[in-house]
Amino acid sequence: MQHLSFDIAHLLAGGLVLVSFMLLYQDRLSGLINIFALHAFVLTLSVAWQAYVQNAPHLYLTAAIALVFKASIIPFSLHAIVKRLRIHRTVEVVGGIGLTMLIGMFLMGLSLVVMLPATTAADPFAREDLAFALAIVLLGLLMMVTRRNAVSQIIGFMSLENGLILAAAGADGMPLVVEISVALSVLIAFIVIGIFLFRIRERFDTVDLFELDRVRGERQ
Amino acid sequence: MISEFFMASNALVAIPAAAAVILAFQTDYKRASQINFAAAGVTLLFALLLILKEPESGSFLFVDDLNIVFAVLSTFVGFTTSGFSASYIRHEIETGKLTLGNLRFYHAMYQALMCSMNLALLASNIGLMWVSVEVATLTTVLMVGIYRTRDSLEAAWKYFILGSVGIALALFGTILVYMAAEPVLGQGYDAMVWSSLMEHAAHFNPRLLNVAFVFLMLGYGTKVGLAPMHAWLPDAHAEGPTPISAVLSGLLLNVALYAVLRFKMLLTANAAAVTPGPMLVALGLASVLFAAFMLYRRDDIKRLFAYSSIEHMGVIAFAFGIGGPLANFAGLLHMAMHSLTKSAIFFAVGHIAQAKGTQKIADIRGLTQSHPTLGWSLVVGVMAICGMPPLGIFMSEFLVVSSAFARQPLLAAPLVLGLLIAFGALLMRLIGMAFGEPTKSVVGEAEASSVPLVAHLALVLVAGLYLPSYLVTWFQNVARLLG
Repeated sequence: MQHLSFDIAHLLAGGLVLVSFMLLYQDRLSGLINIFALHAFVLTLSVAWQAYVQNAPHLYLTAAIALVFKASIIPFSLHAIVKRLRIHRTVEVVGGIGLTMLIGMFLMGLSLVVMLPATTAADPFAREDLAFALAIVLLGLLMMVTRRNAVSQIIGFMSLENGLILAAAGADGMPLVVEISVALSVLIAFIVIGIFLFRIRERFDTVDLFELDRVRGERQ
Repeated sequence: MISEFFMASNALVAIPAAAAVILAFQTDYKRASQINFAAAGVTLLFALLLILKEPESGSFLFVDDLNIVFAVLSTFVGFTTSGFSASYIRHEIETGKLTLGNLRFYHAMYQALMCSMNLALLASNIGLMWVSVEVATLTTVLMVGIYRTRDSLEAAWKYFILGSVGIALALFGTILVYMAAEPVLGQGYDAMVWSSLMEHAAHFNPRLLNVAFVFLMLGYGTKVGLAPMHAWLPDAHAEGPTPISAVLSGLLLNVALYAVLRFKMLLTANAAAVTPGPMLVALGLASVLFAAFMLYRRDDIKRLFAYSSIEHMGVIAFAFGIGGPLANFAGLLHMAMHSLTKSAIFFAVGHIAQAKGTQKIADIRGLTQSHPTLGWSLVVGVMAICGMPPLGIFMSEFLVVSSAFARQPLLAAPLVLGLLIAFGALLMRLIGMAFGEPTKSVVGEAEASSVPLVAHLALVLVAGLYLPSYLVTWFQNVARLLG
């Protein structure tokens, strides 16, 4: 039984990494949003499984937040934003998809090399979850770096943050996990509302973040 | 439980929180700025009360020698800035840059920021500290974007994205610290509380602590504004209202630095873990050199001083990285002097930008003739920030450099180089702005309240001439604590 609960936890955490890789090569915004919903759904399963295995009922709350907020409300509002701002166009990936995937694999390897020796003493449950979580965080960062579009950067940030929730849920009996996931949800809600309410497109003309370089205030 | 309820440290969080709620419903902006000022003043009084009392520790807040320095500095600058803010916003209302609705929001956010910063400083566990730094980031993002212009929204957005990534990395580090503590302290709340963490740090898994510190350093370091994670800082300073620039530079950077220092102490307590000093030294030196060169190309007065903040945070990080009683003492002193001087400069800059109707350095000329008080205050402030004797920053910078020469002479050379380059850049800009034929002004000098400005500069001057022995002993104790 112990063996099985290990395997399922690893399967789910590994699945989350796989979905992170899927996010990397999406070149259309609507596809990207759908895959992100899948990402949040796998996170929900993973956290719920941790709640069951650790017998920690408060983690069900974290799982519920992930399901309702990240797997439903956020993708829904992002779809609405994309439609409203008319940015269905393809997402350009800086450096090309092949290179991004290669860097992604390198980051995956890096996180295994860094985390596994560091956590030998820790509970084997937490151990591999932590390595997977670091991989998801790094892949999320990679996505934020390679994408130029504000919406896909947000999705990169949210996938990064899913990795954090995975790590927090995997840390045995960590207090404040629910509070932290609420705080992060507030952060994300702010970002999404930020785009929607302040109509960044109107002010920015494009949602293209390369524009931001303009405000550096250097002498011409 | 009853005694915990009456802790003075609770007041530091509760008063700003209550004031934020009241201010959110206060429609009269003059009344609101008075309430803001009064609330900040009462918070300062309670912070001073903390000095007199014995160290306190409750289940969520605690006070020790280290965080009390930060708390007093933070509430003091918060108080003077609320005074400056009152005269600043009067002008913004008159020129129609801000509406009354904006101001209600602004005042509520100002107190919310004070509340979250005090909570971050006094929090007794690493989870609560993280949450409050996050809330502080959110409130400042909202205030940076308050003018709703294209540039301010872009600056707020950039600050938001970079700040969020920093915050996320810091959370990962926080989780790793818990994982390192959990086998020793057992599951649950104990493994996140500072006092028990510090006590048992020697038994934690050193490799896990090392990885954790890298994330914490990068995460909270982003909020400190250390190069190469500084990119949000100049924009956020330049585009927001000037009182917020003063609070950002004077306080929020310190709060993030406090978090870094706490974790540095944790790593120092574990003999097998990596020494955190060199990392701080490297990031600090990079910030000093980078900011010094960037100072030459600025054309916006608030951006100029924002880069100067990066430089000084670099000096402070460098000092704490060198470590030892003398360098830590110098770092603490420099932090206090920088907070006072930089917020004073931003007070002056805020009034100057209003008086001249522009933030462009090229359009600001001859301030000492057209606005003598503001102009000469700017001169004194910039002289102070450049590290000219007899002002306070000269003494703290001198201590930083001399302790660096004593311990790592090779590292002191690039530091001195950076300081000299920055000195030249700031002086060059200052001469242009302060002297020569005055450019046209939008308003005269009478409107500006120069009390907070002069008070800060006077304190910096006094500290440069004579430090009370009480203060010296106090800082020495803290420096010893920092290891």
